Amino acid sequence: MINTNKEYDIVVVGAGPGGSAVAKKCAEAGLKVVMLEKRQEIGAPKRCAEGLTFSAEKIIGKIPEKCISQNIDTGMVHAPNGKCIEINFGDSGGYVLERKVFDKWLAARASRAGAYVQAKTEVKDVIKENGFVTGVKAEFEGEEFEIKAKIVVAADGVESTVARKAGLDTTNQIVNVDSGFQYEMSNLKLRDIHCLDIFMGNKVAPRGYIWIFPKGEDTANVGIGIATAEKTAKYYLDKFIENNPQIFKDAGIIEVNSGGIPVGGFLDNMVLNGLIVVGDAAHQVNPIHGGGLKEATFGGQIAGDIIIEALKKGDVSQRGLSEYNKIWWKERGNFLKKVQKLREVVEKLSDNDLNMLAEALSGEDIVNFTRGNKILKLGKVLIKNPRLITLAKKLF
Amino acid sequence: MWEIDKKKCLRCGGCVSVCPKLALELKEFGLSHDKNLCIECGLCEKICPVGAIKVKKND
Repeated sequence: MINTNKEYDIVVVGAGPGGSAVAKKCAEAGLKVVMLEKRQEIGAPKRCAEGLTFSAEKIIGKIPEKCISQNIDTGMVHAPNGKCIEINFGDSGGYVLERKVFDKWLAARASRAGAYVQAKTEVKDVIKENGFVTGVKAEFEGEEFEIKAKIVVAADGVESTVARKAGLDTTNQIVNVDSGFQYEMSNLKLRDIHCLDIFMGNKVAPRGYIWIFPKGEDTANVGIGIATAEKTAKYYLDKFIENNPQIFKDAGIIEVNSGGIPVGGFLDNMVLNGLIVVGDAAHQVNPIHGGGLKEATFGGQIAGDIIIEALKKGDVSQRGLSEYNKIWWKERGNFLKKVQKLREVVEKLSDNDLNMLAEALSGEDIVNFTRGNKILKLGKVLIKNPRLITLAKKLF
Repeated sequence: MWEIDKKKCLRCGGCVSVCPKLALELKEFGLSHDKNLCIECGLCEKICPVGAIKVKKND
């Protein structure tokens, strides 16, 4: 059990990929780390389609077999008229993970490095003294206690309140949060179990997309992420399933997930005196596909480096921690902001525009766009249509 | 008036992220709502992926 008399260097709130990245890094540097997770099981229930590119292993490390449900080598983007763009990932493919195994592996790694990890422990409030965050008030099995630490890491996910309670407004604007809903399904008739299928169109998924991410021979995450629309995300997904019996007839639902997906609203400032925010809590997500695993890891590792440095210097003030803002924006923020602009353009396209793009673009183009590369090409295609000139100019 | 259908809510916390008044919190066992802080703006209803929240502005 947690030792409340101990003075910790850092307390990490939330044991997702962001929190575990900070905890591991800091524990390895010899810091006294405690990581708390409010859920009774780390990694569950997932709020994620579980896709991750191989390249993420460069920062996460080699991912063990037990965390991987499926290898992915291709993607298929379906335009509203049925026209498909095939993306051959080649060496840049990826995995569909099993998040509840993956997240526990990450947390166990942090634990092995020396961090004290405890699930089913809810953080209720932050402790502030003389303008500095100096710990948290938490609860375990109905008993409240305080944990003092030099730095509090808010890695408390999309529902983050830790930073806001400390006085840093991380509320996201509704235009920057997609509404997500997903079934993990069984007994599906999958076209290709190593291929991610993406369905676009304003009737199917208004200003968003539907995905089928295979997890096995006949199982997959089938989900939707959309901007707020007339109906709920669940409504559009249920309709899609009903309209595609060739895939879904007699399929079962083995898990139901939902979530808000940050797709923008990056924060200029993610630190206060004694506080640092990472992952979904800081909206660190790629806005074009809504993937946050890699971004949370990046954010967590950058935060870890800054924390180690700040404690070495003995300066945990906002100023001392603000290097985190600078480095994150340089390494990730500027790129993600570019991708956000792309997302804002794509979500304004009509079904006809999307059909036109499916004719004009290749799989390679799509991969480039999601990496923030060659976005000008999209602008050049769009600008040919007089109605889309204003929109296209946003990309130049 | 703010209402939640607990049978529909999946406790994902999407609503918490857009609440401008910190009236919503995702606890270990579900969503909590503070009616004293709530301004009934309806953003939580809009973002909810399953339609579990209903907000009616009181006149």
